[in-house]
Amino acid sequence: MSAPTQADSPTPTTTDRPGAARNLRVPRGTRPRSWRATLTPYVFVGVPVGLLLLFTYWPVLNMFHYSVTDWDGLDRTKNVVGLDNYVAAFTEPDNLRVFYVSLYYFVASLVQMALALYFATLLSFRVRLKNLWKGVLFFPYLINGVAIGMIFLNFLKPDGGLDAFLTVLGLEEAIRQWTGDPALINITLASVSVWRYMGLSFVMFLGAIQSIPSGIYEAAELDGANRWHEFWFIILPSIRPIVGLQVILAISGSLAVFEVPYVMTGGGNGSETFVIRTIWTAFERNMVGLASAMAVVLLLAVLLVTWIQRRLVPERQVDIA
Amino acid sequence: MSSSRLRSHRRAIPGATVAVVVSVLLAACGGGDDSTSGAAGSAGPDEPSGSITHLTHVDPATFEPYVAAFKEKYPEVTDVKIERLTNYATEVKTRMSTDDYGDVLGIPASVTPDQLPDFFAPLGERDELTQTYQWLNKSYEGKVYGIPDLGNAQGFLYNKVVWEQAGITDYPTTPDEFLDDLQAIKDSQPDVVPFVTNYKDGWLMAQWENYRGIPSHDPDVVYDTANSDAPWSGGGDYEVIDGLLYDIVARELIEPDPTTATYDETKIKIGSGEIATMAVGSWAVHRAGRDIEKAGLNPDDIGYMPFPVQHDGTFYAVTGPDITLGINVHSENEVTARAWLDFLVDESGYSQDQGGLSPRIDGPVPDVLADFTSQVELFALNPLPPGEESLFSDISTASGIVTNDGKYRQQIVDDARSGNRDKQEIFDDLNAAWADGRAQAGG
Repeated sequence: MSAPTQADSPTPTTTDRPGAARNLRVPRGTRPRSWRATLTPYVFVGVPVGLLLLFTYWPVLNMFHYSVTDWDGLDRTKNVVGLDNYVAAFTEPDNLRVFYVSLYYFVASLVQMALALYFATLLSFRVRLKNLWKGVLFFPYLINGVAIGMIFLNFLKPDGGLDAFLTVLGLEEAIRQWTGDPALINITLASVSVWRYMGLSFVMFLGAIQSIPSGIYEAAELDGANRWHEFWFIILPSIRPIVGLQVILAISGSLAVFEVPYVMTGGGNGSETFVIRTIWTAFERNMVGLASAMAVVLLLAVLLVTWIQRRLVPERQVDIA
Repeated sequence: MSSSRLRSHRRAIPGATVAVVVSVLLAACGGGDDSTSGAAGSAGPDEPSGSITHLTHVDPATFEPYVAAFKEKYPEVTDVKIERLTNYATEVKTRMSTDDYGDVLGIPASVTPDQLPDFFAPLGERDELTQTYQWLNKSYEGKVYGIPDLGNAQGFLYNKVVWEQAGITDYPTTPDEFLDDLQAIKDSQPDVVPFVTNYKDGWLMAQWENYRGIPSHDPDVVYDTANSDAPWSGGGDYEVIDGLLYDIVARELIEPDPTTATYDETKIKIGSGEIATMAVGSWAVHRAGRDIEKAGLNPDDIGYMPFPVQHDGTFYAVTGPDITLGINVHSENEVTARAWLDFLVDESGYSQDQGGLSPRIDGPVPDVLADFTSQVELFALNPLPPGEESLFSDISTASGIVTNDGKYRQQIVDDARSGNRDKQEIFDDLNAAWADGRAQAGG
């Protein structure tokens, strides 16, 4: 939201208003030229906005339309069924059970935050090979989600990489069916998610920690504070907005989990998430209307969480990052 | 936590991004709803000529010899473009929202009978074509909209050597005997997986749907199921079939971890004898056999056995179409498309080369299935009566079970492994959902 702040700023910016630019720069009497000067920015902005409307907003509007029809994805006619799909989305037990799976991912993201905070604090102090460690921790986030699914599919399968590693360590007894055990599968998949996103949380925390003026630490050290005190009384209070933000992101993220479980299990063995179920409803069950309603529900849920986040964490404080 | 968070915290809309992507994906299949089927049978030439496109899910190289022979027969034909869609069922559906979906194509399973006239050109009267062809299930109001490329019989693929080493020489005749035989394999050869579910590949779990009709030897099983409020009871086909699946899993006769093995792995392992049995259509005898041979193993080690039920001492197997070929109603070269379709099913020898049964009633049985068909009586299911063609699929969809999708059988495997629900609880839930679906679909 940078535009409003610019508009509110005391010095007027000419680029915001093409009309103003004309008055300043173009001498009177040269009307055709000023016409062009007026239009040019709109032409430039028109292309991307047009593409955005065509490829994002128009399909979303279509989805709202489908969500009140009984369309199967193929039929020439779409019968309007009102809010039936929304009722079904919330009342079919199978559609609700998937939210239980989201809890695993939410808990895992708390673990992820703890780990990220730990590493960020560690690396904000003086450490050898600091940049290497930063790179190592951030690297998984750069890998495509589908590739991560494939990597872990092979790593976790019976007699795969993890089992071989445990055998070398003499820990054969710890070997489990990582995706075959129904009690374990969601923990496994959520752990993969932690591995994937920890780097991002880490970078956000690190950025926030590094914006704390070093003078504060020096003052604290003079007063006899140890590392733990510095963390508890300086670092944590300073980055509280980022922590709050991460929690919100964890909620909306755990509702929208998709790639890794879809690639690794296809939603089998009780690992089905809301998005996987939506895809299944649309393309296997052939109820695009119902699936659209589910997608709208997800969209609204995420918008709601985002709205709450913006109320809880005002813009200015977040800027610490 | 599992979506793109690279965006700065100011925007904080990772979940929204996924939601929008999903919505775009869903919406992308829309459009084209106001176009009507006007181009049917329009301005094409009288004799086959020019070029046509054939959409398929198989390797285009498979068709090369047939295309060459077709062009030899009709010199005016310049080309038959074979276009492969890797994710056929989904991609072709998206294509079908436009007019551009090739000239000849496999009719996807998701097209309901009443939608056939919107998308496919009629090929003739049903009463007439049934004299020549079998499995004309893609029919609506007396007209046929598709002819199968080949047919499959339904049974189990097994490794002969492993079964013989366990001392089993005859096909099991009851589900219990089948289970005992698998147990005997497990006891005599502990390293062998007696039965592989192919759980990871959901489309193969859907194979169990193809056994309906066999336990009861009832060609009207689809109609009966559509008119029953409790198909999973009273010894009905669904109860026998899903009960067998449940028991195989519950007695731990399957692979230790069903969530990881893909068909690409299991088809080779059944050739090497690491796996003894799997549920798959008879097409696999030829196609898996070919891959087993490529892997340096002996394809003669695998065979095909009937579903373990007998009536008066005879085994029966249901036969059905593999892919049913239709012609795009908007095709600009319908004459050539029809000639190509007829050539494939009548003259090319395609079905026999692919190890399938011929779509022609008088067609030959392929060599790989000769052993099976000599011991097993084949029969086809009757289509639903006119006016009720869509009834079964409507109930299946409304109930949320979706019987031709692997998901609900994956659920049965899950429950049999974890013990969350016992067999009766599963069947009670399925019956309740089915009855509910019937009420919604007006069955």
